[in-house]
Amino acid sequence: MAAALGDAGSPTPHATPRVQSRSRGWVPLLLPGLGYLVLFFVVPVGALLATSLYVPVPGGDVGQFQPALEFSNYTDALGQFWPQLVRSFAFALLATVASLIIGYPMAYAIAVRARGHKLLQGLMLVLVVAPFFTSFILRTIAWKQILADDAFVVQAMQWLHLLPPDGRLTATPFAVVCGLTYNFLPFMVLPIYANLERLDSRLLEAGADLYASPLTTFRTVTLPLSMPGIVGGTLLVFIPASGDYVNSSLLGNNTNTAMIGQVIDARFFKVLDYPTAAALSVVLMAAILLLVGAYVRRAGTDDLL
Amino acid sequence: MVPVAYTVLFSFNDAGKTNLVWRGFTLDAWQNPCGAPQVCEAFVNSLQVGVIATLIATALGTLIAIALVRFQFRGRPLVNLLIFLPMSTPEVVLGAALLAQFLSLRVQLGMTTVIIAHTMFCISFVVVTVKARVASLDPALEEAAGDLYATPWQAFWRVTFPLLLPGIAAAALLAFSLSFDDFIITNFNSGSFETFPKFVYVSATRGIPPQANVISSFMFVLALVLVVVVQVVGAARGRRRRG
Repeated sequence: MAAALGDAGSPTPHATPRVQSRSRGWVPLLLPGLGYLVLFFVVPVGALLATSLYVPVPGGDVGQFQPALEFSNYTDALGQFWPQLVRSFAFALLATVASLIIGYPMAYAIAVRARGHKLLQGLMLVLVVAPFFTSFILRTIAWKQILADDAFVVQAMQWLHLLPPDGRLTATPFAVVCGLTYNFLPFMVLPIYANLERLDSRLLEAGADLYASPLTTFRTVTLPLSMPGIVGGTLLVFIPASGDYVNSSLLGNNTNTAMIGQVIDARFFKVLDYPTAAALSVVLMAAILLLVGAYVRRAGTDDLL
Repeated sequence: MVPVAYTVLFSFNDAGKTNLVWRGFTLDAWQNPCGAPQVCEAFVNSLQVGVIATLIATALGTLIAIALVRFQFRGRPLVNLLIFLPMSTPEVVLGAALLAQFLSLRVQLGMTTVIIAHTMFCISFVVVTVKARVASLDPALEEAAGDLYATPWQAFWRVTFPLLLPGIAAAALLAFSLSFDDFIITNFNSGSFETFPKFVYVSATRGIPPQANVISSFMFVLALVLVVVVQVVGAARGRRRRG
């Protein structure tokens, strides 16, 4: 995925010879997959939009709704659940910043420092990717136990007076952001790695030859060249993190850590209030598209598309 | 890595029913990985869904990737957008959207709906991964095959496909791992059908059996072996090519 995002730019000109471009050979290649996406992505999003405007069937059971154009579903849902929505974006943003701070040096170490040590590089990459293959939920539960009240981390912090004696880490926003950061960190490391891996070391040498300090070289050469990786990584962490509710429900408590995903899930399955759940989903999707659109435009990498 | 170590460690826990406190080393769970109710059914379900969704998504995604890189046509930006959108939509929304559709069509939720959902979100990742590989491929190779009187079909299977294979394999591996570990979308579209992540999540409240840790550890080791094999084979090939 990392290499993918890094390479997702437009193809080189020679890859599209004129002979083929005039033919219609793309039709059979494209149609099955696109048909699938239209049927199971575009149409469902339409169904979601429709559902968000439904009203309850008069005199019907819980969970029975009929088509309508009830736009107040949106204002009601937002009025009731805006704290969870804002919190989701805040947590996702914190987790994105944290994984950038932790992930960039990791990616740099693997891609640039370990250059020339293929074995070490491979090993480090495997260690970044490997957690993907154990269960995401089991790892989150392991986090919960590591941060538990009677576990080593909390007791050590209490002993060092970093935490008050009755302080705790589980069921706090801190634990949720930690969990999000941990779970999505590889999505930050991989695109930046893919980007830095192709960085020409001669450019760094040239920087040094021109009497730039390592810091200046980093700031004026390395960092700008790794921007596409940073943009890709940021999106890959921020988007899933803002919709995630596994971390907040396993590592948090319900009152001051609930994220919007939890609300959507509960409205669908516990309350059977489909219109509100659908309206919140639409708002979440729209907000993310706006944020991502603005961010991509500012960061100036249209290549992502 | 600590949580992974923790997961592996606790697969050896003499836990009885719940696996929260360390009670001593045992191989019980490893000797009897299906000892806990439903854990193996859930695991097999996840494997089936993963394999089927991976096959469909990889086939459809690879075709799209080839079309996008090799052909110029109007509407390409639109296709790119359609590929990009599912990736930039949070899983809750994808799950909710499909559920809304299934509910309004009164489709029975179960294995089929889970496979449909997994295939849908895997396609984009396959396209992006394979696209990178196609873009790095010189189409002159295919033209050369054509000059040597290979039909387009032969040229594809004998020249293009083998060269694309590493990219396709990577995409398939990615799709499988995404599908196997997916919880949120599965939870929305599965009804009473249980996958492995769903089993773990549901049993989180009443205590996860150590067998779940065994299965997770097993998948972890399997993935490590797979990655190492791929690396070694890749290195050997590289050496051969350089002569």
